[in-house]
Amino acid sequence: MFGLDKKDKSLLAIVAILTLLAPFILNPFPTDSAMAQFNAGYPDLMQRFVIFGIFAVGFNILFGLTGYLSFGHAAFLGVGSYSAVWMFKLLSYNIIPAIILAVIIAGLFSLLIGFVSLRRSGIYFSILTLAFAQMSFALAYSVLSNPKFNLTNGETGLQVYNDDPQILQGANAPDLPHLFGLSMRSTYTMEIGPWAFDFNAGYYVCAVIMMVAFYLAIRIFRSPFGMMLRAVKSNQQRMNYTGLNTRPYTLAAFVISGMYAGLAGGLMAAMDPLAGAERMQWTASGEVVLMTILGGAGTLIGPVLGAGFIKYFENIFSKINDNVLHGWFAFLPDGLEDFVVTIIHPFVGKGWHLTLGLMFMMVVIFLPGGLVEGGQRLAAWVRGKRNKGKDKTTGKTEPAE
Amino acid sequence: MGILEVKGVNKRFGGLQALGDVNLSVAENTVHAIIGPNGAGKSTLLNCLVGKLIPDTGSVMFDGQSVLGRAPYEINQMGISRVFQTPEIFGDLTVMENMMIPCFAKRDGAFELNAMPSVGSQKDIIERAESVLEDMNMADKRHMHSASLSRGDKRRLEIGMCLSQEPRLLLLDEPTAGMARADTNNTIDLLKQIKDERDITIAIIEHDMHVVFSLAERITVLAQGTPLVEDTPENIKGHPKVREAYLGESA
Repeated sequence: MFGLDKKDKSLLAIVAILTLLAPFILNPFPTDSAMAQFNAGYPDLMQRFVIFGIFAVGFNILFGLTGYLSFGHAAFLGVGSYSAVWMFKLLSYNIIPAIILAVIIAGLFSLLIGFVSLRRSGIYFSILTLAFAQMSFALAYSVLSNPKFNLTNGETGLQVYNDDPQILQGANAPDLPHLFGLSMRSTYTMEIGPWAFDFNAGYYVCAVIMMVAFYLAIRIFRSPFGMMLRAVKSNQQRMNYTGLNTRPYTLAAFVISGMYAGLAGGLMAAMDPLAGAERMQWTASGEVVLMTILGGAGTLIGPVLGAGFIKYFENIFSKINDNVLHGWFAFLPDGLEDFVVTIIHPFVGKGWHLTLGLMFMMVVIFLPGGLVEGGQRLAAWVRGKRNKGKDKTTGKTEPAE
Repeated sequence: MGILEVKGVNKRFGGLQALGDVNLSVAENTVHAIIGPNGAGKSTLLNCLVGKLIPDTGSVMFDGQSVLGRAPYEINQMGISRVFQTPEIFGDLTVMENMMIPCFAKRDGAFELNAMPSVGSQKDIIERAESVLEDMNMADKRHMHSASLSRGDKRRLEIGMCLSQEPRLLLLDEPTAGMARADTNNTIDLLKQIKDERDITIAIIEHDMHVVFSLAERITVLAQGTPLVEDTPENIKGHPKVREAYLGESA
């Protein structure tokens, strides 16, 4: 089934189970407990987990397979968001045309940028993509928002106004993004004892799309095309002298990853119908690079893990302020309590970047293969221990023979 | 008329005349060696044949078609495969994958967006790659990372990758440079076997006279960018001009 081998099928199954059960998995603490702030199972954050997962999976097709490090992928994300909001403004709040247009426009835009940038490789390629992304940001932020030709609505961000045409918007359709009438904001909260679990329509739409995107990425990884992309990373000289033209291969990878970014951007707009230029800024491009490397570039599941990890930190760690810290360490004597809080203070709350930076350094230095390598090492260590245990038992029985 | 015809080729790098009026004709199904002292222009000549360099003047014809101005991948698709001085293989890939890539290039051409079927479903490619690995005596190493092969095996793999495309002309750039004696002899045996079993033209650039005289049927001696003599190995051995080029005038 699905044209996958056993290992990939189980990987896909694990991802499917994790995403579908995420409302449970991410909300392990009862709502009124002190640990409740570590719960990540609220709709807004869960949506971001899967959307950035899609973004990183697509980025990995370019960076993980071909080794071309793009520093401008946020541009495609932003273009996707703008396209989607324009569909909301012109047609209706139905998300299907919005997402389709987001993918198409991002694909065309990445074709243009990739065609120029892929004339160079290595650091020059990275700089070219960065330059293009920053130009796109500047265009979106100011140039394309003048009164005569207002494509992006500048600083305010593009949004839907009451006087927009919305020619296909039905009279009874929700006044927010929806899928054939099902509002993306509709949430069913299931309460079991002290726990509360949120099942959000928008999240499940994103989750299903991410599973499709992830499935397609597996197929690409295992295809002859994927093998060619790895060959590009390994030895371009040999590629050329083997009768293979590397340019269209890298360009195809670039456009595919651009379309993934556009899909993510379109979904972001579908969850919250607003598109701002800051989505295209270089920090956003850098974030997806971090996600991919942190999770494990070139691995299938790595980018998804990396995306989840960073988004969790961004949203949960940043909420720990001094009051919370004082609450935790209230059992200590007063002087010591203040001291401990002062020590921890720079690493949490607004200082979450510092913790993330340290963790990123640790991963890059000690686990060059990212979190996936960490998992593999852990599994090997456990297996090694178990085998050792077996050896000992056999060692004991042998003398008896 | 040979399968490869080089006529009046000149190449100048600034003030250095790397190639001066080179004429060369390689006959079909022969092994043709190009020898010469360091700086004679052997590698420059080779680079002009595969599209890496474009000569200032002159023509390079392969099977009646000009190769000048074509990209290396286009020249390969015409039927010229090149083996490098240091083996150029896909070090991050397994031996089997290394062998499959040229098979894909032969079947699908320079670019094919074959992104949905799995590699495992490409039975014809797998069969082809496996049969070449058998020929190269490397079938037992198929799952190894190619970067971990020995120097001799890397060379063997690279030659196998070229042969899997059934090229009409195989260009070898010092195929035994930096090899141990045993590896060198292995490579010579492999090349002899290839020459005997296949309809293939081989042009070889080599320093090692042992290799040259064990393989070549014709030899061109290049010195200071110009061909000195072209003859059979027997006649080249005692040729005074050759001795002079290699050993200096006093010899």
